[in-house]
Amino acid sequence: MPPKSLVCKECKEVYPLEALYACSNCFGPLEVKYESFEGRDPEELRRRIQAGPLSLWRYADFLPVAAPPSGSLPAGMSPLIKADRLAKQLGIKELWIKNEASNPTHSFKDRVVAVALARGIELGFETFACASTGNLANALAAHAAAAGVEACVFVPADLEREKIVATGINGARVIGVRGSYDQVNRLCSEIASERPWAFVNVNLRPYYAEGSKTLAYEIAEQLGWDLPEHLVVPIASGSLHTRIGRAFDEFRECGLVSGNLPSMHGAQASGCSPVANAYSEGSDQCIPVKPETIAKSLAIGDPADGPFALELARRTGGAIEAATDEEIKNGIALLAQTTGIFTETAGGVTVAVLAKLAERGAFDDGGRVVACITGEGLKTPGAVADLIDVEEVDAGFADFEALERQLVPA
Amino acid sequence: MSRVTVKLPTQLRDSVGGVAQVDAEGETVDQCLQSLFSEHPALRDRITDESGLRRFVNIYLGSEDIRFLEGLETPVTEGTELTILPAVAGG
Repeated sequence: MPPKSLVCKECKEVYPLEALYACSNCFGPLEVKYESFEGRDPEELRRRIQAGPLSLWRYADFLPVAAPPSGSLPAGMSPLIKADRLAKQLGIKELWIKNEASNPTHSFKDRVVAVALARGIELGFETFACASTGNLANALAAHAAAAGVEACVFVPADLEREKIVATGINGARVIGVRGSYDQVNRLCSEIASERPWAFVNVNLRPYYAEGSKTLAYEIAEQLGWDLPEHLVVPIASGSLHTRIGRAFDEFRECGLVSGNLPSMHGAQASGCSPVANAYSEGSDQCIPVKPETIAKSLAIGDPADGPFALELARRTGGAIEAATDEEIKNGIALLAQTTGIFTETAGGVTVAVLAKLAERGAFDDGGRVVACITGEGLKTPGAVADLIDVEEVDAGFADFEALERQLVPA
Repeated sequence: MSRVTVKLPTQLRDSVGGVAQVDAEGETVDQCLQSLFSEHPALRDRITDESGLRRFVNIYLGSEDIRFLEGLETPVTEGTELTILPAVAGG
């Protein structure tokens, strides 16, 4: 459906489809509104999707971009894997893992960058920037290199080395800000007012957020045009969680799927859980926190989409829970040992909360559960390095046999 | 009374004649805002509603979000820099 305008989520004021992100009247976040889906034949829409490329651009009818730029990295179409061994261990009847580590730069951020960059190029921008906890910087640097535009990324200076290297190698300008992610974000909001740069998650945010929807479209398509009963999604800003709900709603409105929205569960790290705190206190306001967690990619202490995530979780019977650093590490190990998927700390948060919810009986309705694993373990190997024992041995066969004898007492 | 500088984002500059920063005065953030509103009345409804600050408006004193200080009651001193910004979700 062609995009129509930007609309304020708070006061509904309408804006043109430009590089705008906050309402001038009330500072509410702007989002993309499309022409009505009414009158569209769902079978025709389905055929258009199925005939599309094996990337998120197969859902171009639901995205705010006229056409994807040529030569772009193929984001999306990540595998949905049935995780029977993990399901059995957690006592879940049917569990699926959406493995976003298979994206070009190994996280779901390839989706948001693909859409924001495409729109930014349409709007005539030449320099693209972002405030990032790492994965977004990786994605922006790579997609900008592929598209031949300049990238300048702002990250907390203490970010994992792996993510800094993976970003800089693409030729992006990397600026390490001495401060927390929230301070980086604030700096970028100020720069966005003063420089003619496209900050994908600031002034291009309405388009960026639309990219997240494609994760949900894929889940529905991969389940045979059906909706799962439960979704477990990590929450940093709350944008991914809320956009997944929006995407399922759009597919329902078009008649591509039927049934209720899944229960939209959210996962946070205990060291940065403003949304989970508000959920457990029954509040609709997120009180900002100073993050202290190994899950740096979720360390947003002031999540602007938090109120919307709370509303969505409550409306759909979902819960928002938090996991400690220890539980996060164990979650990473549990996923790896039952599915072979090595995820970063954010994925550990998701698995740990999945386990908690299962323990509590949240999935006792027997419905299908989909857990979103948003990033790759090789980006944060330090987080679980202390869980790994390596046995060392001299290179002779007799030495190996001696080692084996130590393990099995005679 | 302390004189402070208030930095405004692009979204608000049309209410103050297009400039990026204006002066205000008071002993707390709230008093500074009131002095700002008496000078530039159009800003009042854009920054506040009946419950206080609008929920997507963030105010920083120097580099710190005032919600980590004493909120609107946070004291200011001569030359303090206040920055008003829309909350951005980040990620």
